[in-house]
Amino acid sequence: MNLFRWSWVMNNTDVILDKLVQHLQLTGLALLFGFAIAFPLALAAIRWPRLYGPSLGITGVGFTIPSLALFILLIPFTGLSMATSLIGLTIYTLLILFRNTVEGLTGVPREVSEAARAMGYTRLHQLFTVELPVALPVIVAGIRIAAVTTIGLVTVTALIGQGGLGQLFITGFTLHFPTPLIVGFVLSVMLAVVVDLFLVAVLWLVTPWRRGRS
Amino acid sequence: MARRLLSIPFAVPALVTAGVLLLVVASNAVAAGGGSGNVIVDLFAWFTDPQNWLGDRSIPVRSLEHIYYVLVSMAIALAIALPLGIGLGHTGRGGLLAINVSNIGRAVPELGIVILVFLLAGYGDLPVIVALVALAVPPMVTNSFVGMRSVDPDIRQAARGMGMTGWQVLWRVELPIALPLVMAGIRTSAVQVMSTATLAAYVGLGGLGRYLIDGLAQKQLTQVVGGAIVVALLALAIEAILARLQRAIVSEGLRG
Repeated sequence: MNLFRWSWVMNNTDVILDKLVQHLQLTGLALLFGFAIAFPLALAAIRWPRLYGPSLGITGVGFTIPSLALFILLIPFTGLSMATSLIGLTIYTLLILFRNTVEGLTGVPREVSEAARAMGYTRLHQLFTVELPVALPVIVAGIRIAAVTTIGLVTVTALIGQGGLGQLFITGFTLHFPTPLIVGFVLSVMLAVVVDLFLVAVLWLVTPWRRGRS
Repeated sequence: MARRLLSIPFAVPALVTAGVLLLVVASNAVAAGGGSGNVIVDLFAWFTDPQNWLGDRSIPVRSLEHIYYVLVSMAIALAIALPLGIGLGHTGRGGLLAINVSNIGRAVPELGIVILVFLLAGYGDLPVIVALVALAVPPMVTNSFVGMRSVDPDIRQAARGMGMTGWQVLWRVELPIALPLVMAGIRTSAVQVMSTATLAAYVGLGGLGRYLIDGLAQKQLTQVVGGAIVVALLALAIEAILARLQRAIVSEGLRG
């Protein structure tokens, strides 16, 4: 069995590129939706600390349910569609983003918040111009973990007809031919590296005040 | 400890809530999937069907296969990850590399590894074990590395000052202090491995994933829900056992 055949890659560049774009789309949208839900939830958990413990517990339990089962159980509602994989992926990003957002915001030093209040900032103004920037490194750390995890998880949705680069795994399995598998594997790991570096760069760009420190 | 996946006091209400949510989703799912329309009735029938308790496709046999994959992979992963993480943490070298590699390790697609090793090595336990080891190693390396590095340098110096050798410092000072974080990594890995072992079924292997893959193929969502519940219970069980182990082995002075 030929382990790797360049000719297959050359003949299928459009398919590979298509799967790569789909992979990126699923990851990006899941992160976007996940953050849109996790952020208000985190604010609520900070406002009402009693919510935090149980929410954290639920997020923990979420990880004990096999992702494949979650995707399969969504099929009756949304079919073998992109929505099915997107809903499942969003739930998993939510679990990671929620915890890091709460940790980031509660980690803001009290003196900083008090100074902002003393200067007459309103609650909302204080949140967006003082606390959020200070919490940004922790929040971005969460986004990095969520992004990288999601890139891996997307491939599982190949089993329900989505999956981006994961589709190449199924192709390789049905053809008994490792090349598509290796391509899918290498590209998804490379995608994770690129996205991770991109997020590090974004954090660096938006937090100029941290650059002086090592 | 913020890094801990589950905190036991919250596990029970959380499990109940998650269970109720799962049932609500599942009841609609199973109804659409041709069940009797009542998921509790269907699940009860599934869990009490004698066929699911006797013979080589029963829940106990599938669970044992599943636990076997998990234990073998965790044993191999522990043998790789702990010396690596603890060693790097002790010397303080290669930290950035360890953390970045294990961060990217989260993106490694287990399904791809299962299928690739299956194509290369053929039918057997190897594909699932390789994939699960790859999944389990990164969190344990990161956590044990961070745990070892978070030991207060003053404490390390004090141990040195008392005349301890490097090994003694590692075994008697650093490791006991790092143990809560090391265990947190082991618990995270164990829970993930337990739920990911379901992918073995895709290449025709056993384990509880059979109920998910077969249920998907046969459009029988009751067994998907049933299988998922058994997996989740096993994951919570291993988490509870490890939490108890942690309480037993972590020095009393370190419990907060």
